[in-house]
Amino acid sequence: MEAERTFWEYLRDFSENQAPLDFVLVYDNLDKFFEGALVTLQLTFLALLIGGLMAIPMALARANKVSVLNPIIWCYTYAFRGTPLLVQTYLFYFGLGQFEAVRESFLWSPILSDPWWCVLIAFTLNTAAYTTEFLRGAIETTPRGEIEASVAAGMSPWLRTRLVVLPSAFRRALPAYSNEVIFTLHGSVIASTVTLQDLLGVGRWLNGRYYLAYEGFVTAMLFYMAIVLMITVAFKLAEKRYLKHLRPRESTEETAASATV
Amino acid sequence: MDTLIQYRQVLIDGTIVTVSLAVLSLILSIVFGLCGAFAQLSESVTFRRLGLLYTMFVRGVPELVLMMLIFFGGQLLINDMGRVTGLWGYVDVNQFFAGVLTLGFIFGAYMAETFRGAILAIPVGQIEAAKSVGMSPRQVFANVTWPQMVRYALPSFTNNWLVLVKATALVSVIGLHDLVWNAFSAGRSNHKLFTFMIAVLAIYLVITALSDLALRWVERKYNVGTRKA
Repeated sequence: MEAERTFWEYLRDFSENQAPLDFVLVYDNLDKFFEGALVTLQLTFLALLIGGLMAIPMALARANKVSVLNPIIWCYTYAFRGTPLLVQTYLFYFGLGQFEAVRESFLWSPILSDPWWCVLIAFTLNTAAYTTEFLRGAIETTPRGEIEASVAAGMSPWLRTRLVVLPSAFRRALPAYSNEVIFTLHGSVIASTVTLQDLLGVGRWLNGRYYLAYEGFVTAMLFYMAIVLMITVAFKLAEKRYLKHLRPRESTEETAASATV
Repeated sequence: MDTLIQYRQVLIDGTIVTVSLAVLSLILSIVFGLCGAFAQLSESVTFRRLGLLYTMFVRGVPELVLMMLIFFGGQLLINDMGRVTGLWGYVDVNQFFAGVLTLGFIFGAYMAETFRGAILAIPVGQIEAAKSVGMSPRQVFANVTWPQMVRYALPSFTNNWLVLVKATALVSVIGLHDLVWNAFSAGRSNHKLFTFMIAVLAIYLVITALSDLALRWVERKYNVGTRKA
């Protein structure tokens, strides 16, 4: 007599032989996907943080047309915005080893031969270029009156930048920044092309190891969708908080109704 | 520099593949984009939801993941379908086709947003007027909607095209012999990857700069008779 199979055994058998996607296999490797997600999020977050901090002084220099810096920064942003991130990453990871001086320098073994650092450098420089340009746009659209008012109040240029120009420019740049965050996340898949085990890297590894076509990619895709959803919600909340003054006024009837309740 | 001149044919071949890939994907994305835009603006709730789902999906998934899914998964799917139905034998999905399909699909979603905004920018009164003088829907589109849509859509269209050109570099990862792939293999065999990657960056910069100029010319042409605020 055939031994009674447990539900788990049945599920495993069904998943392996009948289901279009072997979901039990994905479940077994879920911890790897979470590790991959951590690498992806780490790279994205660090690149955005460092790139964002670099972008602020560069955007100020561009917006104020500082004589020597402005053209140099323009060249930098033009070059990085006009070329693919993949090639920039290859340039840092594969290209720098061409020079003996780089290979023998003190930076080589801890940083420049490590894919993680190369990817981080490439992503940071890339996102800094994009952020600089739209932050410049936001700074340049500061209403003239705000600047005149702060000059009239006797603020020094630095105080004016810190208290008037930047806070309102950040607010205006917020919707564009949500796109930049999502694009940086999308770009982070390039890490998997230089041997890093990010989300897509884990997906490719799973497919290669078990000779599959869908499972790894579909799981990675669902993870990416979840992350994008979280980013979108976070920015919606931030916009609600920081752009409150720009929201259309609620109709008086609703406010009256809620007041009486 | 000498090595680059020696390998110029490889680079030129790659550039041709990259540019034709970008142009074909652009055409496909315009088709997808128009469908998406009209779906989102249609009166049927189902179409509106489908259109919204399309843009949400593309925004949520990185290009390369989708490309790999279509290239590796699509191959298996088509062959499984062929085996079950018996209609076709073994089909080899080539990288070029997978690349065009993926890029067209992805940028179709961005184009849909562009076109939707442009269509909404046309005053409703003009379309009503065109209908009231007895124009068919096709005539309305050809004579009223399209010429003005192009004007409103161009700045964002230019942006999409530039992003698309840069996204073509990703097809080298699934093995298509485009500019990046060719330069990479040439550079690797010579141990001169830096030189070759710089050359690739320069070629991409030339392509983006040229298309920027060309699209500015188109913009001037379509903006004849309008004044800047």
